[in-house]
Amino acid sequence: MKATNRRDFFKLTVLATGGFMLKAQTKAADTKKATESFIPHPFIEITSDGKITLTSHIPEIGQGIKTSLPMLIAEELEVDWEQVNIISQVVNEDIFGRQTAGGSQSTAMNYQRLRQLGAATKQMLIQAAANKWSVPTSECTATAGTIIHTTSKKSITYAELAADASSLAAPHPKSVILKDAKDFKLLGTRISGVDNDKVVKGDPLFGIDQVQPSMKYAAFLRCPSFTGEVKSANLDEIKKMPGVSHAFILKSAPLPTGGVFGGVAVIADSTWNAWKAKDALKVEWDQQDTAEHDSDQYEKIAQEAIDNPKDKGTGTSKQTKQGDANSIESIYHYPLLAHNTMEPQNCTALYEAGKFEFWAPTQSPGRAISALNEIYKTKPEQVRVNVTRSGGGFGRRINSDFMMEAAAIAREIEGTPVKLTWTREQDIQQDYYRNACWHHLQGTLDPAGNISSFSDHVVALGTNHKSAGIGGKLSKKVFPLVFLPQAKISHTVIPTNIPFGWWRAPGSNGHAFALQCFTDELAHKADKDPVAFRKEILNSNAKVRGYDAKRMLGALEAATKKAGWGKTLPKGSAQGVAFYYSHRGYVAVVAEVTVTNDGKVKVDKLTAAVNVGPIVNLSGAENQVQGSMLDGLSAALYQKIELVDGVVKNSNFDDYPALRMPDVGEVEVVFVESKAAPTGLGEPALPPAIPAVCNAIFSATGKRVRTLPISDHDLSWT
Amino acid sequence: MAMHTINVNGKSETVDVTSDTPLLWVLRDTLGYTGTKFGCGKGLCGACTVHLDGQAVRSCSMPISSLEGQSITTIEGLADNGKLTPLQEIWCEQDVAQCGYCQGGQIMSATALLNKTEKPSEHEIESAMAGNLCRCATYSRIKKAIITAAT
Ligand code: FES
Ligand code: FES
Repeated sequence: MKATNRRDFFKLTVLATGGFMLKAQTKAADTKKATESFIPHPFIEITSDGKITLTSHIPEIGQGIKTSLPMLIAEELEVDWEQVNIISQVVNEDIFGRQTAGGSQSTAMNYQRLRQLGAATKQMLIQAAANKWSVPTSECTATAGTIIHTTSKKSITYAELAADASSLAAPHPKSVILKDAKDFKLLGTRISGVDNDKVVKGDPLFGIDQVQPSMKYAAFLRCPSFTGEVKSANLDEIKKMPGVSHAFILKSAPLPTGGVFGGVAVIADSTWNAWKAKDALKVEWDQQDTAEHDSDQYEKIAQEAIDNPKDKGTGTSKQTKQGDANSIESIYHYPLLAHNTMEPQNCTALYEAGKFEFWAPTQSPGRAISALNEIYKTKPEQVRVNVTRSGGGFGRRINSDFMMEAAAIAREIEGTPVKLTWTREQDIQQDYYRNACWHHLQGTLDPAGNISSFSDHVVALGTNHKSAGIGGKLSKKVFPLVFLPQAKISHTVIPTNIPFGWWRAPGSNGHAFALQCFTDELAHKADKDPVAFRKEILNSNAKVRGYDAKRMLGALEAATKKAGWGKTLPKGSAQGVAFYYSHRGYVAVVAEVTVTNDGKVKVDKLTAAVNVGPIVNLSGAENQVQGSMLDGLSAALYQKIELVDGVVKNSNFDDYPALRMPDVGEVEVVFVESKAAPTGLGEPALPPAIPAVCNAIFSATGKRVRTLPISDHDLSWT
Repeated sequence: MAMHTINVNGKSETVDVTSDTPLLWVLRDTLGYTGTKFGCGKGLCGACTVHLDGQAVRSCSMPISSLEGQSITTIEGLADNGKLTPLQEIWCEQDVAQCGYCQGGQIMSATALLNKTEKPSEHEIESAMAGNLCRCATYSRIKKAIITAAT
């Protein structure tokens, strides 16, 4: 093979440490192409006609990743943002690495390796230019998609170098030099979303917008109580309804992360006709007794468990004594929550000749591929997933139940693509829910007003007595427990049949509320300022591992300074503070609220200080912090999923509300300068926002909110 | 099924659908205008907002049979031959969207507001936009974009 017919590829191997290794490997070029393409890795393509295309490989769910990750490549590649075109490609985790949007991990996992890839590619282009001019590479620099020979001022574009660069060997990873942060042109600036133009024009970006030739529309009715199979259904009647072509029963194929639920599918010529037929279904279900699966029932069991704790737990802190003047105890509770993504779950699927193809708004195509394999024993080459933009994710779309449902339906009408769309009611009632927990907290202060004992008995819902649902387990790595070696944690799990899921900042979203509010109670008991009390704890134990007290202190300083902590406010208005470490991010929040005499709560201002290392895209980062705080606020103020006789009672935005524009006050975000390794922002600002608001409500009214949502409380004052 | 004629973005369209089909699903499934989004189906979220004679209305709650001969503008009909309206431009520049799913509806409501009230007060903006839910809570940027467009 001639040298010009070869292209050198990098392989980005994931290392166990989470890092990546750049490796050169050789592959034959596609000689049929009219334009020469330099593709050092499928992440980057530079063509001889001047196109620079970068791939964004993580599903875009509103976190801005499609814009931020390519910025990392562009920065090191030395191309102007206006010169690049960003594309998404079909899922291939062997080539791109993890392609899941979840756990706020994408920035941390890609920050180094995408920069390395950009820098290595630039190095090859420099080499190609140096070869052409017969000059040393040290005399060449790259800028705005051009290599310049510094002494002669000769210049050549990347496009002109594409063919030559293709024939070069990849540089050794150790020889790849990354830019110094002070030379960044792109990173840390405000870059608008790459698809903004399409969003504002209403272009078909989302899963629900997908259209395939001769596509049909499907609706699916599941058993209302999570588990159950169809005994019989009025299928013949349904098949006669307008536009309906098929109606059939599907058996369940349960999987922990989203298999197929038993139910009846209807296929029609439009979503509307499919839904109407679904609503006309009369189904007899074969289901277990559901009476015990009931929110009120869980509440009673939790209370009993708190009164008679069985788990001895870990830690040496003793039960506080009744009547001990230095002790306080409180029970905090937060309810089940649904994700309620703005775009309801939907999926377009085609089954043909043993192969499945999906067009889906998924956060985790990889999980869908594994689920399909578990159910149908499909091999990787039998599955193709086209990931669309998602109208919100918040963790809901990590589970692939909606995709498996579409796959099972598509299998029944082989050769015809079918789009399954859920109604809002289905979306709320068929979720993987945020766990509901009770925290029985006890704390004692020594004469100096420092915590001498601390315990938390967490009662959570779960699948059986041993395994709590996601978020139901408390670790000792959280504030203030991590600073208190004696702190005791014990657990009780109430068995349920509820599917649990990852709801934005799993675990932390509730634990922060209980722990940061109880910390406030202790500060109050100690007669100390809530910020000063927290600082004392953060400064109390320098040997703590896995929790960087300095970074948290910095965030706390910045938030209180920006918010003017301690300023005088009119009666009924007050500030509250909280912070939390989650998803490797340190976030402190000061909330300013006003509670009217008759008990109406308005959050006037939220100020967050965030330390997540250097920021990639300032505009997107700010969006994430604002959005996640307000998401937490929606939940804290209004949301509670209620289970009655095994069935979710909530149905739509009226009985499961979210914040609207008039409810939203000012939201300010400060990013603390940091040299720490950069981490993600989809989640960590949510947990502290909730206790900050509840602590502010206490300061304003003297009333402690220990059960969410806030709207359930009478907060009137005189 | 029955024939119904409406005008969408200046084009006359005749569709053969069940008469109770909401305009939303005629636009999305029959005519392919998927920019108008489904969010709740009950007039609670504003994702499906379109203009009917310049007024912002919820297309999920209007059966096609009630719209015979009426003129509808959808989000796809705002830009002129691909050229964005000033409001759409500002929306892009100020990077309003997160997931973007609600934004078509938001822009339709905001456009109707600005057509009616050249310089709305903050309060007027809030009440005109209260029916448009944004699950990603991009409200501060939406408000700022409208204020920028009005100045
Ligand atoms: S879909 Fe029409 S208002 Fe929600
Ligand atoms: S941007 Fe996601 S719902 Fe508004």
